[in-house]
Amino acid sequence: MSKFQIFSKGILKENPALVLILGMCPTLGVTTSAINGLGMGVATMFVVVLSNIIISLIKNIIPNNVHIPAYIVVIASLVTILQLVMEAYVPALYDSLGLFIPLIVVNCLVLGRAEAFANKNNAIDSALDGLGMGLGFTLALTVLGAAREMLGSGSIFGLKFIEGDGIIGFVLAPGAFLVLGLLIAGANLLSKKIYKKEE
Amino acid sequence: MDKKNPTLLSMVLVLLGIALVCSAGVAAVYNATKPVIDTARQTKKVKTVSKVLPQFDNSPIDEAFTIVSADNDSLLCYPAKSNGETVGYAVSSFSNKGYGGKIEVLVGFLPDGTIFNTEVVSLNETPGLGDKSQKSKSNWAEQFNGKNPESYKLAVKKDGGDVDAITAATITSRAYTGAVELAYKTFMGYIKGAKPEAVSGATQQAEPQN
Amino acid sequence: MEYLLIIISAIFVNNVVLAKFLGICPFIGVSNKVKTAIGMSGAVAFVMVIATLVTFYIQKLLDMYHIEFMQTITFILVIASLVQMVEIVLKKVSPALYQSLGIFLPLITTNCTVLGVAILAVSEPAYGAAEAAVFALANALGYGLALVIFAGLREQLELAEVPSAMKGVPIAFITAGILALAFMGFSGLC
Repeated sequence: MSKFQIFSKGILKENPALVLILGMCPTLGVTTSAINGLGMGVATMFVVVLSNIIISLIKNIIPNNVHIPAYIVVIASLVTILQLVMEAYVPALYDSLGLFIPLIVVNCLVLGRAEAFANKNNAIDSALDGLGMGLGFTLALTVLGAAREMLGSGSIFGLKFIEGDGIIGFVLAPGAFLVLGLLIAGANLLSKKIYKKEE
Repeated sequence: MDKKNPTLLSMVLVLLGIALVCSAGVAAVYNATKPVIDTARQTKKVKTVSKVLPQFDNSPIDEAFTIVSADNDSLLCYPAKSNGETVGYAVSSFSNKGYGGKIEVLVGFLPDGTIFNTEVVSLNETPGLGDKSQKSKSNWAEQFNGKNPESYKLAVKKDGGDVDAITAATITSRAYTGAVELAYKTFMGYIKGAKPEAVSGATQQAEPQN
Repeated sequence: MEYLLIIISAIFVNNVVLAKFLGICPFIGVSNKVKTAIGMSGAVAFVMVIATLVTFYIQKLLDMYHIEFMQTITFILVIASLVQMVEIVLKKVSPALYQSLGIFLPLITTNCTVLGVAILAVSEPAYGAAEAAVFALANALGYGLALVIFAGLREQLELAEVPSAMKGVPIAFITAGILALAFMGFSGLC
């Protein structure tokens, strides 16, 4: 696989949120607005890139039967660092993402990439993989957040384009499930079209 | 090192090493960010307190004291003074009956009990509905300003009060109003009852007899 | 009364899956059959109650030494080792129970309901140990309820004709959306 392929596969072909169906809790929980989706995506990207790099560097000194606890410690420390930095410099975003920041620890995307990729590859490739996966995740979350914000509040990135309220159901829980379901179906269709041409 | 069949010692050592390095890293970041976080929290507090009070020249946060409600909840009270004279009090109140749980509201009173302003400290209400109780989202909460609860019934109109509820968010409106009412009752209890013992002699003399 | 409020609120009004969006991965992953859904919820309930109780006292310890920022790290380690311990103990003490719950246990470490509920329980200042345990149990029941209902729906759904792009996960999410809509009817119950 070329460097570019490693990087780009996370964006559509193996998009973590839309194709691999990983990290669903934050995907649904925080995407009430585009900016929250973007913030959560970038936060997750930070953790997945660094954890991929660190784990690919230390993979050779960790005995096989304790690798999961070791990885969890690394990931949890990164998440705590992220928590502290966010609280210090972007307190408003920190408040609105709330519980879902510590929950990045148990985001299957992070541990999943550590197990499936960083465990077997060198640091540069792992960084690229994390970057691609993080970007794909950010993209999916931002689109989902934007769609829900447009339908639910009549605004995008906080800019109101329709007076009054939107269809509030889309900001509430049911809308999250509905829009994500449609988005995954859309990604299915799109990747079928693109990859059929390649074959 | 044998990755497939490690000895117990090597496993323990590796885990211990990782845990040590990681906690050192976290602790370093904690120490680096602590002053920033503290200032950010402090500024936020000062900002909220100044929003609900008239002009003052003291430091309400340093002079804060607790007042106790009828149900034995202790609320923080921030006195605002201008040229040594008390111009208002901010009472940090709450309600557990919000749609998403607890709502914390800071309520500013003039010394006679008139509501000067209110401000949400924290809430977890539904975006697009209950979160309209925040000043940044809608001007709903401004209806409390300038009202004296003596002649203004602190309850939503559905419950026979004078407060207009947020459309489709009666629960949030009820909780917010409840928090304001708790602040008012506790504050009045403090002003009428405990005050003569609680303040220093100088202010006590200036106190009107009622 | 207080406990009843916690229970009803956690099961119906603020359901972990359908309102708080926790534990979605296993919700979509293992909810193909009612039987596996019941097994998974049993395992979650078991671990969640123990984990919440243990982390409740650990939080006290963290507060005592003013190292609250270590919360995430300590909680996840406690939960991970607890899951291992439960697995070992269950194997020795009750092989029958282990047979039915065992395969789900390793999945629970990365189930964010356990960590999420533990954090929620300690961040509620009014909760003592008993309230925290009731809160955990109620959330586990809510989780089980959502999982089992959803599995029942999906068993039916397998027989339905669905457009090819919607097959599998997308239609499952749409079904979940409708289920969440139904659960919104409980709002304002308490």
